[in-house]
Amino acid sequence: MNSQPLLKVSDLSKFYGGRIGCTKVSFDLWPGEVLAIVGESGSGKTTLLNCVSTRLTADVGSVEYRMRDGQFRNLATMAEAERRFLMRTDWGFVHQNPADGLRMTVSAGANVGERLMAIGDRHYGQIRETAGDWLSRVEIGLDRIDDQPRAFSGGMRQRLQIARNLVTAPRLVFMDEPTGGLDVSVQARLLDLIRGLVQDLGLAAIVVTHDLAVARLLSHRMMVMKDGQVIEHGLTDRVLDDPREPYTQLLVSSILQV
Amino acid sequence: MTSAGNLATYNFAYLDEQTKRMIRRAILKAIAIPGYQVPFASREMPMPYGWGTGGVQVTASILGPDDTLKVIDQGADDTTNAVSIRAFFQKVANVKVTTKTGEATVIQTRHRIPEEPLTEGQVLVYQVPIPEPLRFLEPRETETRKMHALEEYGLMHVKLYEDIARNGHIATTYAYPVKVGERYVMDPSPIPKFDNPKMHRSQALQLFGAGREKRIYAIPPHTEVVSLDFEDYPFEIQKFEKPCALCGAENVYLDEVVLDDKGGRMFVCSDTDHCEDRRNAGHVGELGVAQTEAAE
Amino acid sequence: MYVAVKGGEAAISNAHRLLADRRRGDRNLPAISVEQIVAQLALSVDRIMAEASLYDKTLAALAMRQARGDMIEAIFILRAYRTTLPRFGYSNPINTGEMLVERRISATYKDLPGGQLLGPTFDYTHRLLDPDLLNDSPVEEPITAETGHEPIMRVADILAGESLIEMEEPGEEETTPGDITREPLEFPLGRDERLQALARGDEGFLLALGYSTQRGYARSHPFAGEIRIGLVDVEVDIPELGFAVSIGKVQITECQMVNQFKGSAKQPPQFTRGYGLVFGQSERKAMAMSLVDRALRASEFGEDITAPAQDEEFVISHSDNVQATGFVEHLKLPHYVDFQAELDLVRRMRAEYEATQTGTATTEHKEAAE
Repeated sequence: MNSQPLLKVSDLSKFYGGRIGCTKVSFDLWPGEVLAIVGESGSGKTTLLNCVSTRLTADVGSVEYRMRDGQFRNLATMAEAERRFLMRTDWGFVHQNPADGLRMTVSAGANVGERLMAIGDRHYGQIRETAGDWLSRVEIGLDRIDDQPRAFSGGMRQRLQIARNLVTAPRLVFMDEPTGGLDVSVQARLLDLIRGLVQDLGLAAIVVTHDLAVARLLSHRMMVMKDGQVIEHGLTDRVLDDPREPYTQLLVSSILQV
Repeated sequence: MTSAGNLATYNFAYLDEQTKRMIRRAILKAIAIPGYQVPFASREMPMPYGWGTGGVQVTASILGPDDTLKVIDQGADDTTNAVSIRAFFQKVANVKVTTKTGEATVIQTRHRIPEEPLTEGQVLVYQVPIPEPLRFLEPRETETRKMHALEEYGLMHVKLYEDIARNGHIATTYAYPVKVGERYVMDPSPIPKFDNPKMHRSQALQLFGAGREKRIYAIPPHTEVVSLDFEDYPFEIQKFEKPCALCGAENVYLDEVVLDDKGGRMFVCSDTDHCEDRRNAGHVGELGVAQTEAAE
Repeated sequence: MYVAVKGGEAAISNAHRLLADRRRGDRNLPAISVEQIVAQLALSVDRIMAEASLYDKTLAALAMRQARGDMIEAIFILRAYRTTLPRFGYSNPINTGEMLVERRISATYKDLPGGQLLGPTFDYTHRLLDPDLLNDSPVEEPITAETGHEPIMRVADILAGESLIEMEEPGEEETTPGDITREPLEFPLGRDERLQALARGDEGFLLALGYSTQRGYARSHPFAGEIRIGLVDVEVDIPELGFAVSIGKVQITECQMVNQFKGSAKQPPQFTRGYGLVFGQSERKAMAMSLVDRALRASEFGEDITAPAQDEEFVISHSDNVQATGFVEHLKLPHYVDFQAELDLVRRMRAEYEATQTGTATTEHKEAAE
């Protein structure tokens, strides 16, 4: 089953007018693998994430995804209905700001249950039970199931967003700075939780982060981006312990100095 | 300069024939795709937007000289807006009007479906304020159009889920969303959910006109119309504890009438024609007076 | 005892009779004539024509009188008449460059070909109540002068000559503008449809939105490049003749707003345009319209959409005062069927709530007793 990648990205480029968003990026992602994309802000990592996840349309290149039937499909030529269905069942997207990924005025239970209802679940009791299960898995008390995320702390909102994404058992999750904007102690707990879930569920994930510690803790492999280009790519431990590019060396050393 | 004399001439049923043809094309398209909201170039009408201009345009476009028109608002033929619309069509189309559901070929309604089952050949025209069932969940037309096109109706059930989580049951009592012909989720206009089952496989053609929002949609005769619900919280209609105080009817929709300032109230049929019919047939409710006696 | 709410018909007709009485007012005073309204309340008449999108001063004045001076009601009456008029055809685009100008000012040039013409303006009047107007005091004849017959050049054309301002979209031969009164709106709109909607949009609504762009909600750094008011010919192509024939003149107000723009990868830096055009004399509306037009072009220039004035669906869906007034006022119509449904539900839910409360109360009571 793991003899083929889940996602094949070839020669992806995106331009904003004359400015480069990202250019000539190619990589494969394997089932159960976590890939970190690191770089400073403006390096093109979020553009790349958005292009791969079809939230942005790339100007050049292709993204192919292996569907559950084993066939690779080019995402750019897929019908919108099918792509949107894929995005809300087989994929997840965790935004840096949970408010972008949650319905803030809808209860936590309904936030988690929405994807189930979207694919046709029509039993209130069962939807609620599944939502409850997921809330416990992300360490949110069952007594909060009818509360709106407005009343949640930043860390709780982020965990709720994760539960909302995972309820349909996706195979691939995109995360954009999932721990950004959180306190250090909250970050640590959330990272632990994400690592556990990714392992338990065998999820593949692409995580964008500027924080090398996040990459170290979560990812198997990492890509370093600068000026829209991937300048270094390898196993996470190798890149962090033995960076080859001068820029990566600078990034790593600047962390160590802190 | 226009002189006052040649100013006030209007076509049969007010609208010019070109406009009627445009609206009829929209109606035909709506019938062909049950529950789908067809955009149409709604005209300004001589009554305000929100007062039934959509229904009036639909009625004006389908009305012929041989039709018999009934107009109800809140179930009654004698509410001011119903009177006004009926008078409008008498004036501009000179058609026969009636209050009898059975005699009418076209019935324009706001907020109710008559109690007497409609029959083949009749057309029920609804006035619709907000045609988009997803509007209060998603304010953007561009987004809701996409949701309909892709049949993404999860959000609709999120709302029902929230109702149950908060109140223990679905708290939508009117404008209760339905799915038409197993495809489109549709707003039945603000009729009480009590009336929803009457839409299901109705023998009559049901047309919906929203003038301000410029949409026409339809339920052709015998079409499946299902109210959205959960398996374990099935759709239920309102039940009234007492029959109509005037005619004794049960299983009909009742209006509450306040009798005094001491909490005295009575419940009477919202469908005035139905109530009258029953009283003429000799049915008497708790506070009613037998028709024969009254006549004496 | 129950009295059925019958007699709606009689009530309505009595109400209308009372309305007619109030409209006429004191019978000892002469009735105001439509001609007087056209002549002396000209700007009200202009607004009615603009927002009803029908150029007919007599009918607008009649509508105003019928509406007892209620502008939106008058606009509504005139619109409802307009909509029944058959369409004979479309005129050629009017040429504002050929306008017979009565007023023309530019805030961007001190002097320019054709000069600054103040015209009949409230600007620089002191807003002091004028007791002379209580009486029919004689009014001096205006000062007139022979004008040259040269058309007065538009400021936008001066800027365009130097390529300092964006070119208007190239007019392709085959594109005919949309018609929002004949085709249903479908968002996103073309600029043609958007301008049509703004031209008949509510003056107050556009004024507030335009104002909001100046206060930082979608700032566009506007300069009033030019405002001109005057008469233009309306020409119609007559196929049998093979040339265009003027069928009359209309008075219009045109505003060209010149806005800053930094340029993009595709375009060198240049000024951008906001455009306003209304029937009659209404600078306020034309200026507000041009500010809102420019704000609504945000996505065209790759600007972030952050403010209400930039949101096409929001602005255009709510700019029509005939629609707005109808829907707001429809709340007057009976809603007792819906209300009954809600009443029933609230009662039931309160009963359920009370049941749980008394339930807990009894258990507590029991516990206390034990």
